[in-house]
Amino acid sequence: MLSSTLILGLVLGGSYALVAVGMTLQYGIARIMNLAYGEFIILAAFATYLLFGSLGISPIVALLIIPVIAFGLGVALFQVMMRPLVTRAGGSGRLEVDSILATFGLLFVLQGVMLLAFGGNYTSYGFLDQGVNVLGTTLAANRLLAFALSIGLAGGLFALLQFSRWGLALRAVALAPGSAALVGLNMRRIAALGFGLGTALAAAGGVTVSMFQTFSAHDGVLFTMKALVIVIMGGVGNVLGALVSGLLLGLMETAVARWVDPGLTLAATYILFLAVLLWRPEGLFGKAAGR
Amino acid sequence: MIGFTRRAAMGLLGGVAISALSLGPGMAQAPEPVRIGYVASKSGPAAAGAGITTIPNYELWAKDVNAAGGLKLPDGSQRPVELISYDDRSSAEDAVRAVERLASQDKVDFILPPWGTGFNLAIAPLMDRLGYPHLAVTSMTDKAPDFAKRWKKSFWMLGGGHDYAGALAQTVAKAQAEGKVNGKVAVISVADGFGIDLISAARPIFKEQGLELVYDQSYPMGTTDFAAIIEEVKSSGADSFVAFSYPPETFALAKQARTVAFNPKIFFTGVGTPFPNYPGIVEGRQEGVMSVGGVDGNSEKIAAYFKRHAEVVGTPPDSWASAITYASLEMLAQAVSRVGLDREAVAGELASGSFDTVIGEVKLEDNQLRQLWLVGQWQGDKFVGVAPADRTGAMAPVIPKPAW
Repeated sequence: MLSSTLILGLVLGGSYALVAVGMTLQYGIARIMNLAYGEFIILAAFATYLLFGSLGISPIVALLIIPVIAFGLGVALFQVMMRPLVTRAGGSGRLEVDSILATFGLLFVLQGVMLLAFGGNYTSYGFLDQGVNVLGTTLAANRLLAFALSIGLAGGLFALLQFSRWGLALRAVALAPGSAALVGLNMRRIAALGFGLGTALAAAGGVTVSMFQTFSAHDGVLFTMKALVIVIMGGVGNVLGALVSGLLLGLMETAVARWVDPGLTLAATYILFLAVLLWRPEGLFGKAAGR
Repeated sequence: MIGFTRRAAMGLLGGVAISALSLGPGMAQAPEPVRIGYVASKSGPAAAGAGITTIPNYELWAKDVNAAGGLKLPDGSQRPVELISYDDRSSAEDAVRAVERLASQDKVDFILPPWGTGFNLAIAPLMDRLGYPHLAVTSMTDKAPDFAKRWKKSFWMLGGGHDYAGALAQTVAKAQAEGKVNGKVAVISVADGFGIDLISAARPIFKEQGLELVYDQSYPMGTTDFAAIIEEVKSSGADSFVAFSYPPETFALAKQARTVAFNPKIFFTGVGTPFPNYPGIVEGRQEGVMSVGGVDGNSEKIAAYFKRHAEVVGTPPDSWASAITYASLEMLAQAVSRVGLDREAVAGELASGSFDTVIGEVKLEDNQLRQLWLVGQWQGDKFVGVAPADRTGAMAPVIPKPAW
């Protein structure tokens, strides 16, 4: 009973972390709080559905293709839409406010486009639904994949940021945007890269989530909200923090659904969120590392 | 754009006005269309429901009517139908404003209702005040008799929570009497309109039928993970599982049940189960899944309606309220053909007349449709009505449900 709750909770948390890692990266490096983040997840989910439904391309293959396209899209979006904001802000805090407003607008544009293209219907398909036995608990293979992916991506990103030269540059930009340019770093390029990478992660999350979750053109906001809670709880801009707080949230929800009342899962989520913020207003891992 | 002066703009406007004038006499020869307005959620959370059940049927009906030469009037003449629609963005306030606008600005002849109980309740007083007949099709409420009394021109066509919960309890109790199930039932319900209505109706009714609710929990809207709940239900000793759920959760429950090979003898889920995309979601393993609604599996009219819906809209309709929605429009057309466009007379005809529709011969009782399918079940590729069991066309329920 305890072990199955633990396993179910961790796996649920893994899918939460998976959809939050990209958002924290976009903020950490490009300084853009992307409120249209969830729309990219849904966009990737629809793309997967189309590829699978009409062309018969397996979502596993889609997992390799769609994030690459999303990366290009993210970089392009940064160059076209965000760069003027970055230039105007000139390294001041104004960028954060401006980017929130701009991406808030983008949210409605993307949602409208998806409504036109795919309609408002609930979309879902069956893939990798079969059970896998993990230590006596049966888990859906697609959820297990989401869990593995979130651990892999978050771990990999953390290692990349911490130990590679490229990661050092990314961290320099994140830590001291004012002085990074002085040591010869191409700020714009790195910020665009960070934003693109975040978009690619959102897409990877969208592809995976579409395998087990029903989605519709308006569900982006739900993902953005969940991701925001996780990102803020973990410390904005901190990849490891997003992973840990995502897992915590999953554990909390499963434990409450199991032992208290399934009706209180949402309340429990926000109690945990509130408690963490009261105890550490900067988030679990805020400022301490990675940022 | 820079060279586009005010003078040029005025000139253009004048030109448009003249060409409109010159077109005028030519237009007058075609019969003037009957203007029918509707407001429904084309965006926001309610758009999924409206996009499956309501809007496609309005468009299909207008197309069918116009293809047949238009709405028939008592004098034998025909006039085409023109649809005027507004998006309420899933907000009841916007729906009310749009109805006001349809009546005062667009001066439409009739107003078709939005999708959903809440939206219909929101516009009901206004529809009454403006004098429009209100075909509140997709409104599931136990208070329908009171509403029909309060708003004389309102019509309620989907029954109430007690009807559905009662029929479900009887179905389970009958299976228990036949020794097919053990009479222990696990119920979960979404903490929102549909779930609250049904579970509060179901609790006393299940008890009356001698059934035991061994697990009875609600969950918040938007729950995506049912692993923990299904584990609990599995260990509860119940062999009937009932979920009063919304579509996203209905689909998630089916997936989770398949994953962990949860095979209760009765598997009943809520809204979304009769959707045409359900078989795809469970990869063709829908056999035996139960839910609210259903259609007459033997009716040729229903089969033809499904086929035409699939051709025109692109997907088959859902098997709960879609056919009823279409039938309500047929009723409107037939009422108009008998009494003309006078709204008071149409309302009177709707209340007292009998109509030939896709769901069969319809005659409302106290402004309510009472010939309803209350429990349905996937049998093959059709979601057919199994209760009330004594209704013509009712299929015998498949219990126990085959394993996923």
